[in-house]
Amino acid sequence: MSEKSEIAPKHTIAVLVDNEPGVLARVVGLFSGRGYNIESLTVAKVDAGEDRSRINIVTSGNEMIIDQIRAQLERLIPVFRVVDLTESGPSVERELALVKVVAKGENRIEALRVADIFRARAVDSTLGSFVFEVTGDSGKVNAFIDLMQPLGLAEVSRTGVVAIARGADAM
Amino acid sequence: MSGTEQNGKATLSGAEILIRALTDQGVEVIFGYPGGAVLPIYDALFAQNNIRHILVRQEGGAVHAAEGYARSTGKPGVVLVTSGPGATNAVTGLTDAMMDSIPIVCLTGQVASHLIGNDAFQEADTIGITRPCTKHNYLVQDADEMGRIVHEAFYVATHGRPGPVVIDLPKDICVNQGHYEKPDLENLKHKTYRPPIEGKTEAIAAAVEMMAGAKRPIFYTGGGLINSGPEACARLQELVRLTGYPITSTLMGLGAYPASDDRFLGMLGMHGTYEANNAMHDCDVMICLGARFDDRITGRLDAFSPHSKKIHVDIDPSSINKNISIDLAVIGDVGKVLEQMLARWKDGAYQPDQAALNDWWTTIQKWRSRHCLAFTQGADIIKPQHAIQRLYELTKDRDTYITTEVGQHQMWAAQFYKFEEPNRWMTSGGLGTMGYGLPAAVGAQIAHPDSLVVDISGEASFMMNVQELSTAMQYKLPLKIFILNNRWMGMVRQWQQLLHGSRFSETYSEALPDFVKLADCFGATGMVIERPDELDASIQKMLDTDGLVIADVRVAQEENCFPMVPSGAAHNEMILGDGENADRPKVSGEGMALV
Ligand SMILES: Cc1ncc(C[n+]2csc(CCOP(=O)(O)OP(=O)(O)O)c2C)c(N)n1
Ligand SMILES: [Mg+2]
Repeated sequence: MSEKSEIAPKHTIAVLVDNEPGVLARVVGLFSGRGYNIESLTVAKVDAGEDRSRINIVTSGNEMIIDQIRAQLERLIPVFRVVDLTESGPSVERELALVKVVAKGENRIEALRVADIFRARAVDSTLGSFVFEVTGDSGKVNAFIDLMQPLGLAEVSRTGVVAIARGADAM
Repeated sequence: MSGTEQNGKATLSGAEILIRALTDQGVEVIFGYPGGAVLPIYDALFAQNNIRHILVRQEGGAVHAAEGYARSTGKPGVVLVTSGPGATNAVTGLTDAMMDSIPIVCLTGQVASHLIGNDAFQEADTIGITRPCTKHNYLVQDADEMGRIVHEAFYVATHGRPGPVVIDLPKDICVNQGHYEKPDLENLKHKTYRPPIEGKTEAIAAAVEMMAGAKRPIFYTGGGLINSGPEACARLQELVRLTGYPITSTLMGLGAYPASDDRFLGMLGMHGTYEANNAMHDCDVMICLGARFDDRITGRLDAFSPHSKKIHVDIDPSSINKNISIDLAVIGDVGKVLEQMLARWKDGAYQPDQAALNDWWTTIQKWRSRHCLAFTQGADIIKPQHAIQRLYELTKDRDTYITTEVGQHQMWAAQFYKFEEPNRWMTSGGLGTMGYGLPAAVGAQIAHPDSLVVDISGEASFMMNVQELSTAMQYKLPLKIFILNNRWMGMVRQWQQLLHGSRFSETYSEALPDFVKLADCFGATGMVIERPDELDASIQKMLDTDGLVIADVRVAQEENCFPMVPSGAAHNEMILGDGENADRPKVSGEGMALV
């Protein structure tokens, strides 16, 4: 990730696309080809007919760059709509992480206690390890992972951000 | 066509459907080159008489020929190439068409579906390779889908901002049977792609208000006008007449406004005129129509037209605020937007600020009197500028199309050949592809068999697609290839002289062929033009000679192309040809890297 991303504000952009082959490659290629940053990317089909997929991208950049990103995304032929959720009003963002902690004794008990505070569930357990499932905004997930670090953090798998606007209006 | 009945509907092979769909699109010409993967398509072509196939000599030539065809007619150009190397050879042309927004539909062969991904013979990931250099691309996976995809591809290539579209055709899909019905092409709608046509009323009103309030206005116009069509260009002329404002054009926009008109300040940008660049720098309202603030236009960004309000009319929203901050954007087709602006101007009975405009024109005339394109033609050696000027004088009253290669000759052509109409000028602007001009001339001549088509060439560029001479000979195309032979890759030599201490690294055109003999061996006519006093008669002889002529015009070898805004400089820091700074521009290291 580029240096720019550290100072430039983050934006979560939702892209509704026609579910044709290669559409994800087009979106990703656009970002790499034009030097835009991808902090996180999620994609899945979102309608019953399996015609449409939604891509959520967390990126960063100043206003001019974000406007460019939006315009460039809209220019892709199989794109229905692009919404900058960060700009368009309040939104909900969630991420899910599976966090493996290898610990014994006091650390093991502490890990369970922290998990409880974060409402993380243990979805796998051996005598020497746990896999926790934690959901929340990225900040919460980051905090959970940070706390697990000294307790025996062994592996992390994250979904990346999914997001949706609050209120009655649909995309 | 062959076909069997199935469920009461005739079935056709995928290749036959392809040809039918192309015919329904009104395609008359395909530029192509055969190979294993496209044999079923060549078979289907063989069995019909609606579409003419022009056999090029290299696939890169096919795309440039299709570009020349498209640019000179306003219709999409169609290309057919085989898989693997056929498709990869087409990539430069596709990128060229992408940069210059030329509508192209390129059909590429592909290995059979079950072999895709297997590193099969002549397999290339054409979809992956061409994704960034096309407006869109398709892999046909079912013969039943062929018709829909072909029509969609033409829709995408020609609507909104035009561009190249690739259709990748696995061999088995071309052989398999499928159904085809001609769709209602007039009312075709795309599922997701809805380019804007009309400008928003409020934006039009605001734009006209801003225009009318201008004291030092300028129209800055580009290739979008050519793409929008002759009607858009006619409306531009009306608006310029109505307002009396000065107008300049990018390389790609030449011909949208008649160059001989007094309001035309010539081309702007790196090799633009002194008056055009200074007017851009000092204007208070800039009306950008179908141009995109390319770095060859703006020069140093933070010094670009610092005191102006900028109106930008473009069909592509991603062009707005990309390089330059815009005060007022109008998204729409430039022809339609001009119609709306004209109506608004007339309805509101707007009047330009005549007193301010008179002052502005006085300033512009002062810049003009600098005669920035002046050169001195001596008795011994032909100046390249003079050669273009004479070519212009001797061809201007004819039905002429001009193509160019890339380099100094291209810029001199843009400066000295005056285009009065759109679609007469074909050059590689955005990509700057040497080797464009000869195949583009082939395409233009195929589209306009009775017109005069001249490729203004450089001796180095000419060698890049010289094989297309053979194509031109096969179809008896009477192209006139006018080589400004300076024995240098002149434009690169110029940069080495001005920016790299005259260290002429690898830019001398060594071991050039004898162009007269070269013409001869292809069955064409060659001539050498060496002396200024024989120039007119020789050009006339070239024009009067039947068939293809290569004129090897020996021009002053070390002539530089001025004015020049060096990279990293502002518009008003131009180097002029006659000034004492001509050999020593002030260019920073930073500017050098901007190249
Ligand atoms: C395919 C390609 N390779 C390299 C270049 C870089 N380049 C730009 S102009 C030029 C020299 C062209 O020489 P010539 O055709 O003789 O034209 P002149 O400038 O001498 O008029 C070169 C090498 C290019 N534009 N295109
Ligand atoms: Mg040369």
